[in-house]
Amino acid sequence: MNWRKINEKMGFMLLRLAFLVVIFILVFILYDIFSKGAGVINWEFITSKPRKGMTEGGIWPAIVGTFWVSMVTIIFAVPIGMFTAIYLNEYASQGRLIRMIRLAIRNLSGVPSIVYGLFGFALFVLMLNLRLSVISAGLTLGLLTLPWTITASEEALKTVPMSYREGALALGATKWQTIRTNVLPYAVPGMLTGTILGLARAAGETAPILFTGAAFFWPFLPKFPKVLFTQFMALPYHLFIMSTQHHEIVKVRPIAYGTALILIMLVLSMNILAIWIRYRFRKKYKRV
Amino acid sequence: MKELKIKKTSINGQSFKPPNGLELPISHRGKQIAKSMLWRRIREKSISAFFLTNGLIAIVILLGIFSLLFIEAFPAIRKIGLMAFISKSNWNPTSFVKESYGILSMVVSTLMVTFGALLISVPVGIGCAAYLADVASPRVREVAKPIVEILAGIPSVVIGFLGIVLVGPLLGKLFGISNGLNAVNGSVLLSVMSLPTIISISEDAIVSVPQEFKNASLALGANKWQTLIRVTLPSALSGIIAAIMLGMGRAIGETMTVLMACGNAPAMPHSFLDSVRTMTATIAIELGETVQGDIHYRSLFVIGFILFLMTFLVNLISDMVLQRFQKRGL
Repeated sequence: MNWRKINEKMGFMLLRLAFLVVIFILVFILYDIFSKGAGVINWEFITSKPRKGMTEGGIWPAIVGTFWVSMVTIIFAVPIGMFTAIYLNEYASQGRLIRMIRLAIRNLSGVPSIVYGLFGFALFVLMLNLRLSVISAGLTLGLLTLPWTITASEEALKTVPMSYREGALALGATKWQTIRTNVLPYAVPGMLTGTILGLARAAGETAPILFTGAAFFWPFLPKFPKVLFTQFMALPYHLFIMSTQHHEIVKVRPIAYGTALILIMLVLSMNILAIWIRYRFRKKYKRV
Repeated sequence: MKELKIKKTSINGQSFKPPNGLELPISHRGKQIAKSMLWRRIREKSISAFFLTNGLIAIVILLGIFSLLFIEAFPAIRKIGLMAFISKSNWNPTSFVKESYGILSMVVSTLMVTFGALLISVPVGIGCAAYLADVASPRVREVAKPIVEILAGIPSVVIGFLGIVLVGPLLGKLFGISNGLNAVNGSVLLSVMSLPTIISISEDAIVSVPQEFKNASLALGANKWQTLIRVTLPSALSGIIAAIMLGMGRAIGETMTVLMACGNAPAMPHSFLDSVRTMTATIAIELGETVQGDIHYRSLFVIGFILFLMTFLVNLISDMVLQRFQKRGL
């Protein structure tokens, strides 16, 4: 073996090492959270409210809070994201405007989440007077997820073959009829995938909800329309205060681990759902 | 469609009006079709206008964020002066004696933590991307993609939590310091946060290098490693740079991990083992304590505004680099 061969072997070994490091990081994170959090989780932890200055009890209000905020996020971000994607992929012709829109979308996805938080606070909480509420936080997270929803929906639209559109147009269908009957039905599962991925990220975001409605301790759970206009507890924020702000930080560490596990399981299951839908969709699509 | 009813015509230059009953009207059905065509066109026009309006929303939001941040920040900039913000490192907005609003130490902290993160994530990320793009079998690649996606999906607050309970104590032991909440900790966590971005984008860049380039190199007697280092990676360089820039943008703007793991001492850092407080962390800590509309509140918006400009610039540059990369036909 000459030095060139040794060099090659070593080089590829380094690359493999880099890959293994990444795998290791992920496995390590998951292992640590699962092994230390699993003991805490039981039915009571999930379904009861925090008690005794949050040193005991469960995290039910945080789960409900995260649920409602995510609902507002979906209702805001998904239609707009889909419509924008339809415009970009189906209606727009190449030109300056499109380049501007795409640039704006890419830059929006790079805006720091805390800046979204500032913006949401100034716009929704103060200017539109929605106060600290589920609505304010949900809309802020909606803005944050919008670039992801747009990009994902556009990707989905791009996978629909051009011939589907041409077939409909050749039969005399209008553009909208074509999109409605021959494009959207095939693109919806892909859009769904992207939406779920975006939502999973939004559900784990903390910075944007810090000042738009997340509360330290808010065990009240009003009925549907009212719940949107009150403060709320959210899983990521709960984890944050349990690990940094609580006065008995060591005592509540198990609760923090439990919360982290629930949060990770929520995000992971959404990710897996999305990946599964994509997989199913690809398989079904091949048959068409 | 125009109505085609024949009312008057001319024969041999003489005008001629057909007698009653001899009109050649378009049929009732024809009228219906014409009407429905008109209606159809109106509907199509309005639908496409609707989608156009939606398309503009992204621009509106970006401009909205920019202008609202600026409006909220402007009174503070006018009162204190932009240079005073940037050039001084003393941040003490709630002092009873004399408030000071220098953000230099935070900017330095942010850049320091970001730089430290890139020191780790760039070699690991690019190595991993090169492995996936050039070495790994298709099956490994199939599995690796969701893994990177899942890593990207882990909430920042969870990673920050692990910084407190795992990385912090570990650093404390390693360096013999009382707690490990410092810039190194933040860098380690941020490198994890920026890895998925760097991996997925530079992998795309490396995969898109044409096979001919590699074949030419292999045919000249270079081995696979030399081909990768001297041909493939340089060809993909602008894509890789864009990936690094995007990862950097993520690291600059990341809030929760640095807020939880860096210790948040608002002073000029002297070494990587110092506790630091980044721009994002300052906003997160202090906005809740401010009185809405006063100078402290507005100075936090100044930080937000500068942060916005920084990430905007980083993204813009990476965007331009990426565009050039794609234009070159790679």
